[in-house]
Amino acid sequence: MGAIYRREMGAFFTSGLAYVFLAVFYAFSGYYFYNTVILSGYTDTSPLFKNMFRIVLFLIPILTMRLLSEEKKNRTDQGLLTAPVGLWEIVLGKYFAALTIYVIAESVVFIYAIVLGYLGTVVWATLLGNYFAMLLLGTAFIAVGVFISSLTENQMTAAVFSMAVLWFIYLFDSFSDKITWEWLNKVTSELSFYTRYVEFTRGVLNLTSVLFYLSTAFLFNFFTVRVLEKRRWS
Amino acid sequence: MIEVKNLTKRYGDKLAVNNISFKVEKGEILGFLGPNGAGKSTTMNMLTGYISSTSGQILINGADILDEPKKAKSNIGYLPEIPPLYVDMTVDGYLNFVYDLKKCKLPRKAHLKDVCDLCKISHVRTRLIKNLSKGYRQRVGLAQALINNPPVLILDEPTVGLDPSQIIEIRTLIKKLGKRHTVILSSHILPEIQAVCDRIIIINKGVVAADGTADEIASKITNEHKMTLRIEGPTHTISDKNAIVDAIRALNGIKYVRADMEREKGIYDFDVETDGKTDVRRDINALCKEKGWNILMLQLSDLTLEDIFLKITMGEQAAETSGSSKSKERPKINIVLEEKSGDAPEETPESDAEDEGGDK
Repeated sequence: MGAIYRREMGAFFTSGLAYVFLAVFYAFSGYYFYNTVILSGYTDTSPLFKNMFRIVLFLIPILTMRLLSEEKKNRTDQGLLTAPVGLWEIVLGKYFAALTIYVIAESVVFIYAIVLGYLGTVVWATLLGNYFAMLLLGTAFIAVGVFISSLTENQMTAAVFSMAVLWFIYLFDSFSDKITWEWLNKVTSELSFYTRYVEFTRGVLNLTSVLFYLSTAFLFNFFTVRVLEKRRWS
Repeated sequence: MIEVKNLTKRYGDKLAVNNISFKVEKGEILGFLGPNGAGKSTTMNMLTGYISSTSGQILINGADILDEPKKAKSNIGYLPEIPPLYVDMTVDGYLNFVYDLKKCKLPRKAHLKDVCDLCKISHVRTRLIKNLSKGYRQRVGLAQALINNPPVLILDEPTVGLDPSQIIEIRTLIKKLGKRHTVILSSHILPEIQAVCDRIIIINKGVVAADGTADEIASKITNEHKMTLRIEGPTHTISDKNAIVDAIRALNGIKYVRADMEREKGIYDFDVETDGKTDVRRDINALCKEKGWNILMLQLSDLTLEDIFLKITMGEQAAETSGSSKSKERPKINIVLEEKSGDAPEETPESDAEDEGGDK
């Protein structure tokens, strides 16, 4: 796993993708930080994180699009799959590389915290809670992105399809509101990524939500492994 | 070292590899020969665990590729048809990655240096793979396969796209590697296989059509012996030609005689085929002495690997067509099939000649 992780990290930076991702992420989060936190006159960072949900929807597919699709297209997967490594090692190596870039991006909030420290008192509990919530969101969304990347040979297809899926997850809430059957409404609202995320930004640490995000991450990584496995058998 | 039992691969309805079995002993260089689409790459992909077989078993050094994949794969170095190179990395970066990927325990610096020296890529180690030529990429691909000193090397068309001097280099290298490793090598270039391999397996339409050394295969396929003679008659006319044909045909052990072209003025070449048991050269010599003819040339033309290959691959084609023409349904289509089979034998030698041309 280490070898694949290191290679992917190297590829993120040599291809320039990591720089683009980080720059765009910092630009947008900086905008929201200024607009929703600094200008509001409060040191509460929750509005920033609430808005970041949408940015993450667009940026995570960029991070994950080439992870497996490119391997298949360039036939480099032949090298990986014939080496003495397991499929989980391959998938997780790539997954954690993307997650690392994501964490580097997200950690910019600590710089914002320093800025806030000059202006007032930082509410660390909310900030850390939000940071943690966004991390969890990333673990789930990156797993979805990696999975979609394993389905195609084309990076753009992977990116657009991942954006569509993540956007659908975001819109899921407004769907579930309109469902009049009570039981179905209950099921869909339980599956809502956004509601659970907003709950964190309010400072509520819900253990079922933590479990929800982590099991989504596990499930999609598992699907990815199955896709690679299936490809050998077809 | 490698044991393959009843290996079968099916893609939907298409049978890509059909029930093939063979064994490769330690230190052997085995050549896989077959026309395009015969199942060579599929077999190699199964041997290396890239794809799984539909049925059958593959043992690499005693480990089953499906039951103990890690153990089996750690014994294999694989160079696929398209080398699995990350073009955005430097040669050094890539080889270090492969070293880690294979969990190699050998001393890193020394081992990578050995491999690079062997493949003659030491002077390009700091360059990006995307800036390397096809020949160098192929060598990096070979270097990648050699990392961790696997006892088994599987090379899928290792000389494709290389220039003639590179081809010779790679062949020499493979021969050298054959002393330490068990090598399986695939190709559709006949001289290459003949130059490098101890043993040849010819695959055609997913089945093993022949297995053995080139000579063994030749003797199994046919027991005919052919020779070409150039005989000078007394009158340098066409009547000489007929007299010579008749006289040779009357000899013992001759199966077939045919007068070929007029190579020199009034002198003809004769293709002679014997039953394979009798050596007729002395009889022909005696005959010519008696008649006062001069033998200007005698050339034995036993089957080359090329003949064998064509015989096997096209013989089956012919057999298949005649088989289908025996079936009673739809006689009209049979005519079409036969026309097609008439075309095919002409095409194949041409394309082979092209391969050879590119090789030289």
